[in-house]
Amino acid sequence: MKFVDEYRDAHIAKGVLADIGRTVTRPWTIMEVCGGQTHTLIRQGIDQLLPPEVEMVHGPGCPVCVTPLSIIDRAVSIAKRPDAILCSFGDMLRVPGSSEDLFMARAAGGDVRVVYSPLDALEVAKANPDRTVVFFAVGFETTAPANAMAVRQARLQDVENFTLLVAHVLVPPAMLAILSAPGNRVQAFLAPGHVCTVMGWTEYEPITETFRVPIVVTGFEPLDLLEGIHMTVRQLEEGRAEVENQYVRSVVREGNAAAMRVVAEVFEPCDRAWRGLGPIPNSGLRLTEAYRAHDAEVRFPEVVEEVPESELCIAGMVLQGRAKPHDCPAFGTECTPEHPLGAPMVSTEGACAAYFLAGRRREAVTS
Amino acid sequence: MTAPDASASGVSAREVPALACPVPLPPGDAVLLGHGSGGKLTADLIRTVFVPAFGGAELARLGDAAVVELDGVRLAFTTDGFVVTPRFFPGSDIGALSVNGTVNDLAMMGATPLFLSAGLILEEGLPMQDLGRVVASMAEACRAAGVRLVTGDTKVVERGGADGLYVTTAGIGLVPRGVEVGPERARPGDAVLVSGPIGSHGVAVMSRRAGIEFDGTLRSDSAPLSGVARAMLGAGDLRAMRDATRGGVASVLNEIAEASGVGITTDESAFPILDPVRAACEMLGLDPMYVANEGVCVAVVASGDAEAVLAAARSDPMGASAAIVGSVEEGRGVRVRTGLGGTRPLVMLAGDQLPRIC
Repeated sequence: MKFVDEYRDAHIAKGVLADIGRTVTRPWTIMEVCGGQTHTLIRQGIDQLLPPEVEMVHGPGCPVCVTPLSIIDRAVSIAKRPDAILCSFGDMLRVPGSSEDLFMARAAGGDVRVVYSPLDALEVAKANPDRTVVFFAVGFETTAPANAMAVRQARLQDVENFTLLVAHVLVPPAMLAILSAPGNRVQAFLAPGHVCTVMGWTEYEPITETFRVPIVVTGFEPLDLLEGIHMTVRQLEEGRAEVENQYVRSVVREGNAAAMRVVAEVFEPCDRAWRGLGPIPNSGLRLTEAYRAHDAEVRFPEVVEEVPESELCIAGMVLQGRAKPHDCPAFGTECTPEHPLGAPMVSTEGACAAYFLAGRRREAVTS
Repeated sequence: MTAPDASASGVSAREVPALACPVPLPPGDAVLLGHGSGGKLTADLIRTVFVPAFGGAELARLGDAAVVELDGVRLAFTTDGFVVTPRFFPGSDIGALSVNGTVNDLAMMGATPLFLSAGLILEEGLPMQDLGRVVASMAEACRAAGVRLVTGDTKVVERGGADGLYVTTAGIGLVPRGVEVGPERARPGDAVLVSGPIGSHGVAVMSRRAGIEFDGTLRSDSAPLSGVARAMLGAGDLRAMRDATRGGVASVLNEIAEASGVGITTDESAFPILDPVRAACEMLGLDPMYVANEGVCVAVVASGDAEAVLAAARSDPMGASAAIVGSVEEGRGVRVRTGLGGTRPLVMLAGDQLPRIC
């Protein structure tokens, strides 16, 4: 298939792997930020084909994984209201809240609908003028433009019953939090290609300067990842710390101006708590004052009790690259994709589910 | 199921509700959609609720159809419910699906499908034209598969009590003398075949549901497999056949491996798949190995007969792109070799695959 097979060529992959092997002289720890990249690395077994000096740790870039428990609980509580329709992308439905997920809310009579675009949710709102439609706006900078566009359209078309439950998060503040945390092991990043398609990479330039870490904007196919890793290792070995772009077929330095404009019109930065990482200043988006009427949290200001995460779950350590999923005592035992304790076990982009589905087990368990 | 007679002991059933239902229940308070996905949750439900309640060797075998013997004649018998949304989708509809699904369940036991029944549950307000279209499609599918629909039932429920139209079919087929196929018969060394390109049905339905168009080339593969099954049966030692419906080829391979107590290794690149289906799976973040098919089966064949059975399958229009995709080995579980040379296990999914956020 065009535009796919050429990025999965086993022969070329072997060549790039050999190049990495020739370049590397000592151990390096590289974090791939995005869950889509984790998925490809683990599914294709790329991390196991790399030379032993190159250790990949898996970042917080799985939107499903970092959405805090309290927002999931709020979504569940809204979904159960007879005057609301909750619309969401499919993979949020199985994310466990403190006691229920959205599938359970639906089984209990809640109107929960899977949509493939926020504009579909806008259509649901038009068709149900007597109920409030809540679109669960989850994701990084990648999904923000489409969600912003849906709210803008709702305003233009006077669809007052369309709202967003906003859980948007931003990549650069999370990278800063990881680099600033005591015990940080990350020496370089593969930056998320799709986020950078929207935002460009100017935001990453100060990070390379302040923390002296190489950042390579990288795509999601096996050869993208291998080339991105090779470029990163070369920078590390040569003592450089710059932003480089591997994903040239999609990303330019300045990003997508039209997309950034609509995001800036509809959303503004705010502090946000990340599941597993805790509160990070200016790391989220919320609706601007002008669009606040479309905010589901304003429309349904229910108080949702804060419930602590499962004590067994080490998702925070995993999302910071300080532990591997199978270091967790609950991995594959108390915590499985059927009964996830923490969010990284839910989505196939979550590091824990990716490890589980790829058959990675703790050494002691494997034998 | 009858409740035990509590009145004899002078205690009314109302006072001992726990005794009224001896069926063990799986964890959770309510049935979830995942229990109908054909994956692990479905398997758990069958094992914990249905098999213990009804017992019987035929049910416990968990084949596509039960094979029962009457006066020396072996009959395959099966039933299947169809609740697909939307009712009409590219390449097929709920009517043809309800006939082909049952025909295929019979064919997978090596049986010649003969007679069908149909139960229709209609929602008040269903357009008569839709009903006519579904019934005409069922009749055409019966003709194509060479089966006769000989009895049926119709019920109408109030508006809101059903999603337009549900169809349940049951079918009877004759298992020819000497034919012996079953998921427990796979042996190390056997070859594993698929009869056609995978994932087409699930992607066609999902793209229609999602309103996503892919050049109009996505079509369900819903079709009778009785022809290709017969061709393969005549060409060599066919150990097991399964149509890869809900849960896709991955679930079927796992069922065969588990039933036979063997391992299976497959080659990801060997599975035939149409380009638009691959493209749609890439876009929606789905693994085609887990996407439903309605006209594709997995077959396990003694290694010496693999080429002959493959040629026989390809001689039937439904098997034109049949391919050998792997082999049976000692051990447990299903593995797949990836394009880059790694291997990963192909596990049963807990529930349905969910389209990803980004």
